Amino acid sequence: MATVVTVTSGKGGVGKTTSSAALAAGLAKAGHRTVVIDFDVGLRNLDLIMGVERRVVFDFVNVISGEATLNQALIQDKRMENLSILAASQTKDKDALSEEGVGQVLDQLADMGFEYIVCDSPAGIERGATMALHFADHAVIVTNPEVSSVRDSDRILGILQSKSKRAKEGGKVQEHLLITRYDPIRVDQGEMLSKEDVCDILAVKLIGVIPESKAVLKASNTGVPVILDEDSDAGQAYSDAVARFLGDDRPLRFVTAKKQGLLSRILGGGD
Amino acid sequence: MAFFGLFSSKQKTSAAAAKERLQILISHERQNREGPDFLPDLQREILDVVKKYVAIRDDQVAIRLDRVGDSSVLELNVTLPER
Repeated sequence: MATVVTVTSGKGGVGKTTSSAALAAGLAKAGHRTVVIDFDVGLRNLDLIMGVERRVVFDFVNVISGEATLNQALIQDKRMENLSILAASQTKDKDALSEEGVGQVLDQLADMGFEYIVCDSPAGIERGATMALHFADHAVIVTNPEVSSVRDSDRILGILQSKSKRAKEGGKVQEHLLITRYDPIRVDQGEMLSKEDVCDILAVKLIGVIPESKAVLKASNTGVPVILDEDSDAGQAYSDAVARFLGDDRPLRFVTAKKQGLLSRILGGGD
Repeated sequence: MAFFGLFSSKQKTSAAAAKERLQILISHERQNREGPDFLPDLQREILDVVKKYVAIRDDQVAIRLDRVGDSSVLELNVTLPER
């Protein structure tokens, strides 16, 4: 039985693809056979973040329409042999993702022995996003500590709780909150919603807090999932989140501002 | 006064404002989402029917759907004007 993990947010630009890449790479690193699928038909980017953009021959839509087999379309990661990527189509219409077609591909991936199927949802609440949500066993809600992102996350939670396959069958999608671009200094100064505020409002269990970090842009520049940058704060925070997802109990890191010295406090230093 | 102001009277931070606005907005949006789609239409039509017989304002009809165990209870409150 494969577990479908959908990474979603509603709002764009909050870090879904970065988080999908990190989560998939982290699960693979932990020894689980994992595939990550880009559901953003028309605007694919997961291939770029995973560093496989020059190896895409066939895509998700080709497989659904029968133009290619799943084996032809799957790209095996060169860093980890138990990690594969299924790219989205750049040319096709988003309506190409039929419920039946997507369901068949997911079943086939499970039959091939993948333990985790990570679905990178597009922004918005249109077809690609609803399809990614529909089949979710788990949902990772990526949220920035910012009003519009929190509101959109709440809307996505509403859709998960009413329109997903699990909800329709009387079950529940397991929800996890992942806060990204967190700046503890600004939280301390009352300029940014705290992780507690966001958890209070959304009422979803926190799986991780990723600090605002230069490592994320560096990772996307080079096409390496940031979780593989083991020295970076963001990479370590993602590793913790993956460990928690797999059932480990880990304390949060990078969530408190570094203590300022007495002198800099008197002089009003810091940034 | 300025001296004491340094230590007390913390102004509400922008993060606190954000939290307050979100809590109000999201609780409102959740109420709408939990109700079935036909509720606004139902409310409007009931209002039209009542209006045929009694002169009331739009805000004098309140409609609510509550879930009690396995069943839903539709609650309708019409405030009739005093004679």
